Amino acid sequence: MSTDILATVAFDDQGYLQNPADWTPELAEALAAQEGIQLTEKHWQVIRFCRAKAAETGKSPTLRQISLGTGIPTKELFQLFPKGPAKRVARIAGLKKPEGCI
Amino acid sequence: MTKTLLILGAGTGGTMVANKMAHHLDLTEWRIVVVDRDEKHYYQPGFLFIPFGMYAATDVVRPKRNFLPPTVEVIFSPVERIEPERNRVYLQRDNRVLHYDYLVIATGSHIHPEETPGLVDGGGWMKNIFTFYSLDGAVQLAKFLKFWKGGRLVLNVAEMPIKCPVAPLEFLFLADWFFHERGIRDKVEIVYATPLPGAFTKPRASAVLGHLLEERHIHLVPDFYLMEVDTGKQVIRSYDGQEVPYDLLVSVPVNMGAQVIRDSGLGDELGFVPIDKHTLQSTQWENIWVIGDAGNAPTSKAGSVAHFMLDVVVENLLRHMEGLEPLPKFDGHANCFIESGFDKGILIDFNYEVEPLPGKYPLPGIGPFSLLKESHVNHWGKMLFRWFYWNVLLKGGDMPFESQMSMAGKWV
Repeated sequence: MSTDILATVAFDDQGYLQNPADWTPELAEALAAQEGIQLTEKHWQVIRFCRAKAAETGKSPTLRQISLGTGIPTKELFQLFPKGPAKRVARIAGLKKPEGCI
Repeated sequence: MTKTLLILGAGTGGTMVANKMAHHLDLTEWRIVVVDRDEKHYYQPGFLFIPFGMYAATDVVRPKRNFLPPTVEVIFSPVERIEPERNRVYLQRDNRVLHYDYLVIATGSHIHPEETPGLVDGGGWMKNIFTFYSLDGAVQLAKFLKFWKGGRLVLNVAEMPIKCPVAPLEFLFLADWFFHERGIRDKVEIVYATPLPGAFTKPRASAVLGHLLEERHIHLVPDFYLMEVDTGKQVIRSYDGQEVPYDLLVSVPVNMGAQVIRDSGLGDELGFVPIDKHTLQSTQWENIWVIGDAGNAPTSKAGSVAHFMLDVVVENLLRHMEGLEPLPKFDGHANCFIESGFDKGILIDFNYEVEPLPGKYPLPGIGPFSLLKESHVNHWGKMLFRWFYWNVLLKGGDMPFESQMSMAGKWV
């Protein structure tokens, strides 16, 4: 698969999609590939949940929300999306960077 | 018929709302009732100083009743359940049921160390594992530190959000100073393991604070998502298998909203009440308002924020009572004195949109406080703040700061 698709859309300075309407499943595949992740059905389950949750709340879900919402244990989420699943999924799912709760 | 304004929680937020509303409402028409489970008011910013012997427990506790106006009815009881569809609150004490016309939720956020396997049930709790997020924990830690000969001190934040997100940094800076004073700094390794990608969430403050950590030889372990505490091996372990060994573990446990919020189905997955982040009204119920860290507004869960929310909550309650639309005035304003040890402090001032920037505060160009920079004056500001808290702030008196953040005096 070509990653040229990434050149056709705009990202912000932290690598998150600028215009959410640009997102397509193919783009998700390309973004995941860029991070060395081959998307499986389980990955898609997480991505679909995050997109639905973000559509509902206007915010990218937290790790706790993802684990509770999908029933996938946090440890497994780290295997699916290594090093900070909440941020990684948000990027691949075409969502905003999760809000730093400070 | 008299109408009822019911306030749940008499901490910083609830106490301020009670004082302000008692002043604004016609008390022949309105009854104000405050419910809290605990008769003691804790000055929570003071917990930080207890482990280092700077404050004693008696410095941070006062009777709650002293800070509430005599015209307000106060009931000390745990709250069983809130039933928003019938405007009712069920109390544990005498099985009382209270009806309300307006409800202000000020039930705060609370630590849940039992959420992390091994933290409490691993046998190390209050032996070589402590938290300074409770008065008891802070006092026990003070006893431990008094005679500690040194070793590896690990401070860990389990999960965000937490109450007062700068407190962990202050603890580290004060620990560095404390061990220097005791002459054992060379025998103590200080490590900070945090789920954040750096010292702080906002980039410019993170850079400044990260630099201060380095300067003090405090080792930062970022992106560390705590899974469990292995007390046998004396390590904390993350979800992706990183292990950080400790001799002394200081934990900032998982923070959640009050149990009653979760039991009443009013909270999100952490028990924080979903609110409109600008009006502070519940997104579900139009006669419910939230102040302080009980809500899910994406700003700091800190007393200064509750203070900046106060005017917005009070004005919007009064407007709503008159049938007017609430105003979206809250901007996420937070203002934190960060103790950095050696009688110095840093001040940061920010909101939803603007990250902490350098400058002078509150008077542009003059100060006396310096923003995002260490100074002695900042430290004394923090020390004097306790007096202001007990004597002015809780009673809803005027503080010399504006509720909305100002860009004047900030260097962009």
